[in-house]
Amino acid sequence: MRFLFKTDYEDDIKLFPHSGYLVSYGILLALLLIAPFVLSSYLMSQLVFVCIYATVGVALLILTGFTGQASLGHAAFLAIGAYTAAYLQKYNVPFPVYFLAAGALTGLIGALVGFPALRLTGIYLVIATISFALIVEEILARWESVTHGNEGMRVKTLSLLGVTVPRDSPTFYFLCLSVLVLTIVGTLNLLRSPTGRAFVAIRDSETAARSMGVNVALYKVKSFAISAAITGFAGVLFAHKLSFISPEMFTLQLSIEFIIVILIGGTFSLHGAVLGAIFIVMIDPFLTYLKDDLPGMIAGIAATFGAGPATAGNIQSKVASFASLNGLKGAIYGIIIVLFVLFEPLGLYGRWLKIKLFFQLFPLYKRATFKRQKIYVKSERNR
Amino acid sequence: MSYFRAENLSLHFGGLKAVDAVSFAVEKGEILSIIGPNGAGKSSIFNLISRIYRPTSGRIFFEDQDITEEPPYDIAKLGIARTFQNIELFENATVLSNLLVGRHRHSTTQLWQELLFLPSVRANEKVHRRRVEQVIEFLDLEPYRDKLISGLPYGVRKVIELARALCSEPKLILLDEPSSGLNVEETDDMSFWIRDLKNELGVTVLMVEHDMSLVNRVSDRVIALNYGRVLAMGSPAEVQQHPDVVAAYLGA
Repeated sequence: MRFLFKTDYEDDIKLFPHSGYLVSYGILLALLLIAPFVLSSYLMSQLVFVCIYATVGVALLILTGFTGQASLGHAAFLAIGAYTAAYLQKYNVPFPVYFLAAGALTGLIGALVGFPALRLTGIYLVIATISFALIVEEILARWESVTHGNEGMRVKTLSLLGVTVPRDSPTFYFLCLSVLVLTIVGTLNLLRSPTGRAFVAIRDSETAARSMGVNVALYKVKSFAISAAITGFAGVLFAHKLSFISPEMFTLQLSIEFIIVILIGGTFSLHGAVLGAIFIVMIDPFLTYLKDDLPGMIAGIAATFGAGPATAGNIQSKVASFASLNGLKGAIYGIIIVLFVLFEPLGLYGRWLKIKLFFQLFPLYKRATFKRQKIYVKSERNR
Repeated sequence: MSYFRAENLSLHFGGLKAVDAVSFAVEKGEILSIIGPNGAGKSSIFNLISRIYRPTSGRIFFEDQDITEEPPYDIAKLGIARTFQNIELFENATVLSNLLVGRHRHSTTQLWQELLFLPSVRANEKVHRRRVEQVIEFLDLEPYRDKLISGLPYGVRKVIELARALCSEPKLILLDEPSSGLNVEETDDMSFWIRDLKNELGVTVLMVEHDMSLVNRVSDRVIALNYGRVLAMGSPAEVQQHPDVVAAYLGA
């Protein structure tokens, strides 16, 4: 086990506590850089989606994980970013301009959503953000002069400084990756400065934050704006990746997927957003695999245990019809959320920390280390 | 003119007069304790000063400035810090970041500077960190710097709350029952620290406390309250012998 000896206040500020981090993140970065030349085009496409989902995940973490304001409206912010890009593109606005404009507009709308949200907490805030998402969805479907309604909008191939960047090119992947990395670095910077600490203070005790001089309303609005702006940036990339956008892509289910990203990844660290994004993007091909191959497999197993070909065929068709049921995906998402909340509230990243600690302390790891403790009663009166 | 002054301060919840026309003044550099039975309105006065409640009537002055209408977050900026009776720490953050929130009123950096973590932000952070370290040293919190609050025992949390208030470099500090839940030894430590607040840091202290031995040891003056009204005011000995105070505690 490594013991850190801090000799300078710098040691509490720097992003990498010790050189081990530099090595592991360096290796990770190198792997990500050579990925387009090694992986298949399908996996590369998945990796781009991981980058976009992780960016939204980081945005949601700022709002939900660190400021403690739940949101089920991030699909709407993503939609606003995507539609701004698609709309401005029609007037031949260059990419850097509409990229920034999409972020700025989404950030502004995020701040406007933040104002009514100031008086709402917990479940009421969730309902308010759901209604916001539904309103945006409806506007996208009805405001045909701008959004082309349910017909959707075609998004032209990205052109950056005169060079066209197709959505499956390595350059597009690097663009998404750099947006993700910049988002993460910016967020880490924020978290180690007064604003980030004010966010965490609001999450844990608004009363105490206020009495320490934090303007709670202002910082909540700031948190909403930052989170929305980052989601807007991701929305532009999302639009380019899909090359076609329509209102039914930005439904409540997408918002829930974003919640799953941070819930499964772990809400206390930015690692969670990335792990959760990998999980949510990779579960789709996994479900497809189950749908396509599982029935045959089960039938095969049944056959080896002595079932006749008729029975095996019967089993296969039954399993296949179950696996292709409508809404099975949503049900599986639901089950996953419930299982994680019950058994691993710290998420995948929490699980990773536990595994790491197990080997660091081997053989002295105690199972109760991460046991949830009862916390002391706080005064709810003063809220 | 006194340093801090409350004039005819009242807080009514419907017909209940939690605080009823209370007037008192705190001189610069003194330790003033507010005592009284449960429900006497002691904590309510604190909540009025830190603007968690809005007074029904009356005015509050600090350094000759009327602060009755200031928003709650500006009270800290004026130099009034407080602790809470039931401990209001940021549970899922480290001790260090809890204390750094105490520095919030001194932060001058803009959001865009923080996103880029410019050298100015870094320099500011180091200043904050140094100030926090001084408080850590003052209150012997060295073993806990990187610990999460949620894993710390009650006595330590109580000290960390005091530390967080001190990190804001207050001129006036409001201590809401600093010794509640502490054992004899910890209460002793607390009484030394409260004395040191006054003598070494020159902070004016307004304190609500039930432990009379602590009150006797540290206070310069004492105010006794009951049913939201002032019963007696004066030195600790005077107040404790005041017939109305004796009646309030023991019954007539």
